Parts: sequence; structure tokens; C-alpha cells
Amino acid sequence: MSPLDDRVKPLRQDGPMSGPAAAAAPKIEGKKVNVFYGAKQALFDVNIPIKTNNVTALIGPSGCGKSTFLRCINRMNDVIPSCRVDGAITLDGQNIYDRSVDVVQLRARIGMVFQKPNPFPKTIYENVAYGPRIHGLARNKAEMDEIVTNSLQRAGLWKEVQDRLDQSGTGLSGGQQQRLCIARAIAVSPEVILMDEPCSALDPIATATIEELIDELKQNFTIVIVTHSMQQAARVSQWTAFFHLGKMLEYGDTPQIFTKPKEERTQAYITGRFG
Amino acid sequence: MAVARTDEAAMRADEGFSATARIARARRAEAIFVAVGIGVTSIGVITLIALLAGLAHDGWSRITPDFFLNFPSRRAGQAGILSAWVGSMVVMLVCAAVAIPVGVGAGVYLEEYAPKNWITDVVEINVNNLAGVPSIVYGLLALGLFVYGLGLGQSVATAGLTLALLILPIVIVATRESVRAVPFSIREAAYGVGATKWQVTSHHVLPSASSGVATGVIIGLSRALGETAPLVTIGALSFIAFLPTPPVQGEFPFISFQWLLDPFTVMPIQMFNWVSRPDPAFQSNAAAAGLVLLVMTLAMNGFAIWFRIRMRNKIKW
Amino acid sequence: MSITQTAGVSTVARLNSPQARARRARQRLRERVIETVLLLCGAASVAITVAIVAVLVLESAHFFGHVSIFEFLTGTVWTPLFADAKYGILPLVTGTLLSSGVALAVAFPLGMVIAIYLSEFAHERVRETLKPFLELLSGIPTVVYGYFALLFITPLLQATIMPNLPGFNILGAGIVMGIMIIPYISSLSEDAMRAVPTALREGSLALGATKLQTSIKVVLPAAFSGLAAAAVLAIARAVGETMIVAIAAGQQPNFTFDPTESAATVTAYIAQVALGDLPHGSIAYQSIFAAGLTLLGMTLVFNLAAYALRRRFREAY
Repeated sequence: MSPLDDRVKPLRQDGPMSGPAAAAAPKIEGKKVNVFYGAKQALFDVNIPIKTNNVTALIGPSGCGKSTFLRCINRMNDVIPSCRVDGAITLDGQNIYDRSVDVVQLRARIGMVFQKPNPFPKTIYENVAYGPRIHGLARNKAEMDEIVTNSLQRAGLWKEVQDRLDQSGTGLSGGQQQRLCIARAIAVSPEVILMDEPCSALDPIATATIEELIDELKQNFTIVIVTHSMQQAARVSQWTAFFHLGKMLEYGDTPQIFTKPKEERTQAYITGRFG
Repeated sequence: MAVARTDEAAMRADEGFSATARIARARRAEAIFVAVGIGVTSIGVITLIALLAGLAHDGWSRITPDFFLNFPSRRAGQAGILSAWVGSMVVMLVCAAVAIPVGVGAGVYLEEYAPKNWITDVVEINVNNLAGVPSIVYGLLALGLFVYGLGLGQSVATAGLTLALLILPIVIVATRESVRAVPFSIREAAYGVGATKWQVTSHHVLPSASSGVATGVIIGLSRALGETAPLVTIGALSFIAFLPTPPVQGEFPFISFQWLLDPFTVMPIQMFNWVSRPDPAFQSNAAAAGLVLLVMTLAMNGFAIWFRIRMRNKIKW
Repeated sequence: MSITQTAGVSTVARLNSPQARARRARQRLRERVIETVLLLCGAASVAITVAIVAVLVLESAHFFGHVSIFEFLTGTVWTPLFADAKYGILPLVTGTLLSSGVALAVAFPLGMVIAIYLSEFAHERVRETLKPFLELLSGIPTVVYGYFALLFITPLLQATIMPNLPGFNILGAGIVMGIMIIPYISSLSEDAMRAVPTALREGSLALGATKLQTSIKVVLPAAFSGLAAAAVLAIARAVGETMIVAIAAGQQPNFTFDPTESAATVTAYIAQVALGDLPHGSIAYQSIFAAGLTLLGMTLVFNLAAYALRRRFREAY
């Protein structure tokens, strides 16, 4: 063991979130999260639970901070130098913003799918294999092949690309590219998948395919999806959080939010009075 | 009354004519300007043709296989550029070996790693400044630092290092611009899968930026090929009628680095040497050497431009 | 098998295994090392500037131990290699400024015509074809330009309008330097003119002015500081040029303002002395560093002026 090893503590398996209580406790929890871009504050005191193996939708008008919060969960905001995050976000009870947490490991447990499909300019096979390769998940080609096949199947793309794995990922249609990105995220076996408006750049048929996929995926993954379409949120999610001007105004199960919201502004948003 | 109105009408008619005339004049001036413009802008093509034609006229007779295989000689008819072009190749090799890693490394650091503070600003301003430093000043630096300070003498290593310093700003700027052109979404995707910063840079950013970097390197090396002043300053002009020690030898230890410390000459210096002599026969040699040099420079620049255009059409974001 | 289990081991357990942890530790170490290496590459450019200044200042300090700065800066005779040596640098400075002046006189009008033509009149295809050749002009080895100046331009001038022109003269060298720096002027001026808002052009055109009239009377004045910056940068390049003047302008320092005479520039002097055999540490050796320091000072002034002009231009738009 090297000295560096001791300094960075791994995310624990035997933390407070294992055992019988684990099933009921949220997978991820935001506690008093405040986010600043330079001097400008983007999120104000956000407290929100994300339940395991459920789909949680974050909705709200443009610029309300939902994407910002999503990107905090896998610490993608670290890449932006002017961004500062106060408060805590816990994964299985452990604060991911603790200085001792290894971001690389975190992102192996929490995958992300972006708004505009962004496959690597590599082959389809390489796109999916990249993550497992850098995390050393496959000991030989056979294992890697299995991971790639598995991931593409899970993402509902296998049948369409099985005989052209060596073609460029950027040559696929928009919907296929996004499913490729989902396959890429799944390939490292994460526990959580974050989706930032994954269908906004896609046509309705591709959107429907991805929504079906999300429904299947939730059996094995915890999913958080940011969407500007309320209909989509109503279709795919079990839990919904409404964001407005950097604050999370209401959180509840999806049917309740969309039929009997408790906050007046939530009601105004879902009835289309603003947005 | 009728007379006054006719006068008015006449006056207006006069104005109309002069306005029309003015506009016609302006139109003509413009047409002339466009013709002149095309002519002047073609000065690039014209000069190139004039240079090639002039050099060919003076030196074509000297372009023979012997010219490439002979050493310089006091007899103009037997003099050749063997030591010069081998020297150029070897010096450019050393130059590339230093300038590429350091230049690309610096470019990557400034674009991907450097925090946005005053230190980084100083480094950036510094790189821009270095691009404006006269090439002979690099020669003075090399004279003081490499030749005498580090004791490398008037050698291939000194020449290569000097030229590497000279073209470093070119490589750095080309790297920065190419890296900056890689879309952020690619980096995001890689970070999202859990890649470290260096993995993102080396697996994704640099491969995508490679064509731009390669173009910059080629242009830099083409500049290094044609540089005379710094090498003159470090004292490369002695009559070099031999090649550097070969790197591979028949006896132990089989690989030698002696060539790095050997004296040398390069193509532009050989040409300079010959053109400085009043004997027209040597000027013929100079023309021939210049022709070879010019063709090599044009080939490198032309390749770089062609390469850049090819790559631009291939990569679709 | 759930996708969150790979080969029967849950994700978290796999990520916490000793092998995985050791792997990540190695990875973190590697990232640190790489970042340090890249930082050093970035710092290299600063080191180069420091080294240049250090070498020049140190050797000049030795020089100014023997020669008074006053004599150096105001004396009009430069004969360091004579028995009764004189060290007034003004002849070299006038040689440099005179040749650069001629170069600018050639490049500025031509460059401006090209810039106006390319930015306001030329078809896209004409632009795409002719522009690369223009860029090539600044990539041609300067020793080839020097040959051209000595053996084509000067005889041409002698045969046509100046039969009494000496073989070595500032005019020929200056003309060819002008050709070399045309791309500096045309490219930067074009950029400056592009930056002028279309609204200004449209205002003029709407009044019935032709494109040419608009370009000259509206766009040029608006782009003035950008154009001035271009001119200053081009001069800086000409000031730093060595080979063209060393070959074609002459080797004798000559305090004159007449371009038809031969004269040496600061750069030509350094090259000439470096060509001879220089005892390390002699005054002659040190004098080239003092000359180099003067040269650096001159180009620094020009570069700063260009920077200030460009900032003023950017602020205006």
C-alpha cells in the first residue's frame, strides 16, 4: 500500500447505507446544496432524496438550476473552474464532496447521458469498450466482447449494429447515437444513471424508444432525468421534483405532483401558465 | 415665368448630368481597382514564379546527381551539397525531437491544465513575445548558452536546440488552437465515463487535435529548414567537407551519439557561403542550392496546406 | 445477471478491491507526474525569455565596462575591428531603419490594396486560390530572397532606372524585404477591416457611394489603429531580418539616409562578426551582444506599440 492509497478513502460498501435499512433509504440525497458560478448563485439550499431503482424527474422552466443540480451528482461541475458547491450530496450515505473521495471512482458508479448525443469519434465497439478499458473491467478480449454485447443489448441497440461494430459511432442516426451513449454509460456497470434532457435533440419515435428503455433500465439502475417536457416526466418517472429559480419548490411522487401539487407555482407551471 | 421654369429645368438637367458623370467615374475607378487588385494579389504567385525561374535559369545546369553527392570544394564545378543536405536533415531531426514534445506539452498545459491566473497570463504573453524575437537573437542566446555556457560547441546538438527554441512558439500556438477546436462535449463524455484528465487529453483531445498540430509542426520545421541567421551566429560556416559520425557503427557499443557533437553545415548556410563569393561559377552553385531549398520548402508548406484541407473535410462534428 | 454485477461481484465491491485501489493510486501518481512535466514544458517558454535577456545583458555588461553607453548610443562611427576602435551604433541603426523604411514603403501600399481587394471585392474562390500563395511569401527561406535581391533586383535597377547604383545597396534589399512582409500587412489589415461593423459600410453604401469609396473613406479610417498595428508589426519583422540585408545591402557600416548607398544593419553586423573567428571574451565578441540587445530593444518597442494600438482598436469595437 502506498501513502497515496491511505489519503484517498474509497467509497465504502459497508457504510451506513447497507443492511435492511438500505432498501428504504434514498440512494442519493442532496442536503442544503448551494452552487455558485463565480459570484452568481445558481442553487439555493436544495434538499432532495433520490430513491433507489426509481426514476426521479427534475422539471422546471429554463435556467431554474435542474441541470446544474444533476451535474453536481457526478461532480461534472468540477470541470468548470468558477463553480463552487456548498452543502452535501450523499451516495449511500457518504458525502461525495468529501475531500477524500476519488472523483474517477465516483463517475464509475454514476454514469451520465448528455443532452446532445456525444459519441466519441471512434468505432461503435470502441465507444462502448472505452469505459471498461480505463477501469480495467475486462481481463481479455473475450470478456470485453461480452461487456460490449451486453451493454448494447441492454441499450436496445444491439440488433441494429451487431454487424457493423467497427464503423464510426458518429455515423449513426441521432436516436441511435443516444442509445450508444446509454450503452457506453451502462458498460461500466454504474449504480446510477443521470440523464440531462436525453431526448431533446431527438425525433418522437427515437424519444419513445428511449423512454421505453428508461422504463426497463430502472429495474437495475437508479435514474435521475432532467426534462423540460412535463409529459415525458409524467410518463417515465415515479418521483418528480420541481425546480424554480434555483430552488427546489416541491418534491413528491409523480401522480401527486401532476394532479394535486401542493405549491401554487408548481400548479402554475404544470398548467402551462409559465415556462 | 415660363422662362424661369425652363431655366430651372435646365439647371436640374445639368446637375443630373454631373451626378451621372460622377457615378460613372466612380464605377470606372472601381473597375480599375479590381483589375489592379487581382494583379497585386497575384504578387504571391508572381514572386514565386520569378524566384523559381530565376534560380532555375542560373543554377539548373548544376543540378546533377553529383551535386547531391559531392562535398563542397574549392573548385566550383565539383562542389556539391552532400554535407549540407545531410546536415539539414540531421539538425531538423534534433530540432523536431525537442520542439515537438516541449511545444505540444506546453500547448496542452496552457489549454487544459493551467489555472486562469496571472501566472498563466504571463506565460501566454511570453509565448507571443517570443514569436516576435528576431531569429538572430536566438543565435546569440545559443552562442552564449549552448556553445560556451554548456560547452556543446558548434555542433549539431547546438543547432538543433537553437532551431527548436526558434520554432517553439509556432508549435505551441498551433497546438493551442487545435486543442481549443475540439468540442467540449467530447471531453464531457469522457469525464462522464470516469476518465482522468490525462486520459481525456491523451485518448480524446490530442487525437482529434492531431491534424492541426501536425500542420503546425510541418510549418515550423519548414521554417527551421530555411533559417540561416541563428546558425551563422553560432559559427556553422566553416568549410565542412565531411559528414557527421554515423549513429550506427560496426563495433561496440554499436550505437553512437557522437554525431550530436560533430560540426556541421546546413543547406541555407551553404548557399550563403556560395553567394558571398564573387565568382559567378559559385553563384551558379548558390542558385542550384537555392532551387533545392526552395522546392523543399514549398513541398513542406504545400503538404501542410493540403493536409489541413483534407483533414478539415474528413472530420465532421 | 444484473448489469450492476460484473462476474458476480457488485460494482462497489469491485471498485473497493485491493487491486482496484492500487490501480487508482498508481493512476493518481501518474496524473501528478504528467501534470508536472507539462507544467515544465509551459515554463520552458518563460525560461527561454529569461535566458535571452540574461545572456544579452551579461555580455553587454562586459562590453559596457569598456565602452561608454553614451558613445555607444550617439556615436556615428562603428569600427570595432579596427586598431583604433570606435563604437557608435548609430550607423547600424540608420542602416536598419532605412532598409525597414524602404520595405514598409513597398509593402504598405501593396498590402493595403490586397487587403481592400480581398476583403471587399474578391470572390470566395479567387480568395481561396490566391491567399495561400501570399502566405507562402513569408515562408520562403530568406537566403533565397537575399540571392534574389543581389542578383536580380539590383541588376534590374541598374539596367533600368539607376545605372549608378552600387552592387550592394539598401534599396534592392529593402524592396525584397518589402515583398517578404507583404503578407504581414495584408493579412492583419484584412482582419482589421473585417472587424469594422457592417453597419458603417451600409450607411455609406446607402448614400450612393461605391464599394471602393466606402472602403477608402469609411472602412480604412475606422480600422486605422488596426492598420497601424499591422504596419508596426511588419516593421518589427523587417528590423529583425538578417540574411537579405547581409547578402545584398553591404557589410560596411555607413551613417547615411540615402538608400542608394550600401550600409550594414545591426543584424548584418552580428552575422558578419560571427562569421569570422571570434576569440571568446574579446570586445568584438561582446560587441555583438550589445548590438543584439539594441536590436531586442528596438523590436520590443515596436511590439509594444503594436499591442497598444491593437488594444485601442479592439476597445473601439
